[in-house]
Amino acid sequence: MKKLVEVDHISVQFGSRRHPFTAVDDVSFDIYQGEIFGLVGESGSGKTTIGRSIIRVNPISAGEIRFDGKRISGRLSDRDDQQVTRDIQMIFQDPMSSLNERAKVGYIVAEGLYAPGNRFTEEERREKVKKAMEEVGLLPEFSSRFPHEFSGGQRQRIGIARALVMDPKFIVADEPISALDVSIRAQVLNLLKNLQQERGLTYLFIAHDLSVVRFICDRIAVIHKGRIVELSESEKLFAHPLHPYTRALLSAIPQPDPVEEKKKQLIVYDPSLHDYTKEKPAWEEIEPGHFALGSAKEIEEYRRIVEA
Amino acid sequence: MAEKREVLVSIKDLCFDFTLRGQTLHALRGISLDILKGESLAIVGESGSGKSVFVANLMGLNASNGRITGGSILYGDKDLAKITDETEWNSIRGSRIAMVMQDPMTSLNPLKTIGWQICEALALHQDLHGEAAKQEACRILTEVGISEPERRYKQFPHEFSGGMRQRVVIAIAVACKPEILICDEPTTALDVTIQAQILGILKKMQKTYGLTVVYITHDLGVVANVADRVAVMYAGDIVEVGTSNEIFYDPKHPYTWALLSSLPQLGIKGKPLYSIQGTPPDLFQEIHGDAFAARNPHPLKIDFVKRPPMFKVSDTHFARTWLLDPRAPRMEPPEHIRVMIDKGRALGLTGTGAETAEKGAAQ
Repeated sequence: MKKLVEVDHISVQFGSRRHPFTAVDDVSFDIYQGEIFGLVGESGSGKTTIGRSIIRVNPISAGEIRFDGKRISGRLSDRDDQQVTRDIQMIFQDPMSSLNERAKVGYIVAEGLYAPGNRFTEEERREKVKKAMEEVGLLPEFSSRFPHEFSGGQRQRIGIARALVMDPKFIVADEPISALDVSIRAQVLNLLKNLQQERGLTYLFIAHDLSVVRFICDRIAVIHKGRIVELSESEKLFAHPLHPYTRALLSAIPQPDPVEEKKKQLIVYDPSLHDYTKEKPAWEEIEPGHFALGSAKEIEEYRRIVEA
Repeated sequence: MAEKREVLVSIKDLCFDFTLRGQTLHALRGISLDILKGESLAIVGESGSGKSVFVANLMGLNASNGRITGGSILYGDKDLAKITDETEWNSIRGSRIAMVMQDPMTSLNPLKTIGWQICEALALHQDLHGEAAKQEACRILTEVGISEPERRYKQFPHEFSGGMRQRVVIAIAVACKPEILICDEPTTALDVTIQAQILGILKKMQKTYGLTVVYITHDLGVVANVADRVAVMYAGDIVEVGTSNEIFYDPKHPYTWALLSSLPQLGIKGKPLYSIQGTPPDLFQEIHGDAFAARNPHPLKIDFVKRPPMFKVSDTHFARTWLLDPRAPRMEPPEHIRVMIDKGRALGLTGTGAETAEKGAAQ
């Protein structure tokens, strides 16, 4: 399979040079063409920062990001810059605050088409907007309305249409359903999944809830405090969660089943249980397609879990 | 729930309207519900179903363009629906019914230390001042799982993370020594790991102080964790109410089926998730028949004509759907629900199907 996005040992630092805060610490992963790649972690783990680095909002301080084989981090020529901006789009978390309150839906969806490097006639633009809105299940006549006239689920559809109108190859979806109602979540998830299948889109799906990710993602990376601790095909991750943090996350998923829920044991992750004073933790492949971070002793234990 | 519990609050046919730009919005359309002493009751529904409006009525917190148009809320010897006087409300708010709001980022005062904010509640409701108040505040802070309370006491809300702030909010609510604690989406704004911890604290608080807790949530996972009883709301009405086991293992209303089936936890890879089509009805309009009929994949004809009554399934389980009428055709619940029903029966949590149908017919 072709690698579409390669994140190669990137770090992101905030704050002054003298007192840097490392939000993302030496993170690497590849996203293959046509897959949905999940990035899961708690708030403050750096998952959004990684997403924002890929769309080049946050500059990275080390490493390299490649898209379609070409470097996209650091300085780019104007033409490359415009091309990448078009190819990578983002869907935001909160549809209540990510849409321009003063613009009509038609303009919101079309806005990217006005950007430099895109030369479209008014006619073409209207055609593209109409097509994008149809694809996400919005009626064409909605384009003359304002965002406040729509419910949360429909607003999120507007956000998705705005990304689709650029004909992107890759979409960064940053918690696209966390702010939505349970009944609407299913609709939006189905929509994202359909778009993947019909258009061959590739996603980076950022979430804090493993249950959602399991349904939609092909591969999942679990991130804690700016480091990826486990990366695996999603079914393997759920079959053999290895890293203690992954297990803590899994145990916290609320199950809609009172009997299970009342007897469940919550695992609390305590980072001090690792003894990394003697040796640095290593990134090892435990079973095919399943990687985890750990010291030599922990890796051995992980292997035993997988074999059992 | 074998033992009979005392009814603490009894709500009868509560109707609540908002007036908006000359139009009337029927936010609550005749709700009846009992809140039992010491239970934890969860009210579930989509946004806009009226669950927040409903509990705001218990505290007199609704906006001034809304008014109660019928029904009663009996609490002790008072009818809360008839209170108009703010000072009378002040004797109930906080001291007898307290609330934990959804977003801990906005429900604390950013200009005051958290110690000050807890002591304010202690001074008002328990008449504790000075050193005694401080000690009590630190004790409660320890109880909600905040370490080093003496140091934290002097800190401001911005020095706390989201989960820690929610603990502070719970501490303030508990400091009032209320009888009823209302939690309005207490964990929606939080991470899953933190969510589980906060629910644990709420359960612990309920046990220590003998609280009656009313949860409002749209997350059925949370409900399964905490609730003894569940009320499902749709379009300003309670469509189904029962014990947690009855709602999860033997749901009767098509809306409850749809809500349970659409959870991503239950999704099967490669298949689309079950999703509820359409949008909730417009509450500005008069609703005829079953409010859910328009979104129900298999509605009955009568659903569009006449509003169903509350059918009795068991002593604790009621549902507002024509499917429970003896004349109704047999409707198979969706696949996932059938699995849960079988599980419930296997565990002996619910009666067999025949039995419940008979009970329904008796009504």
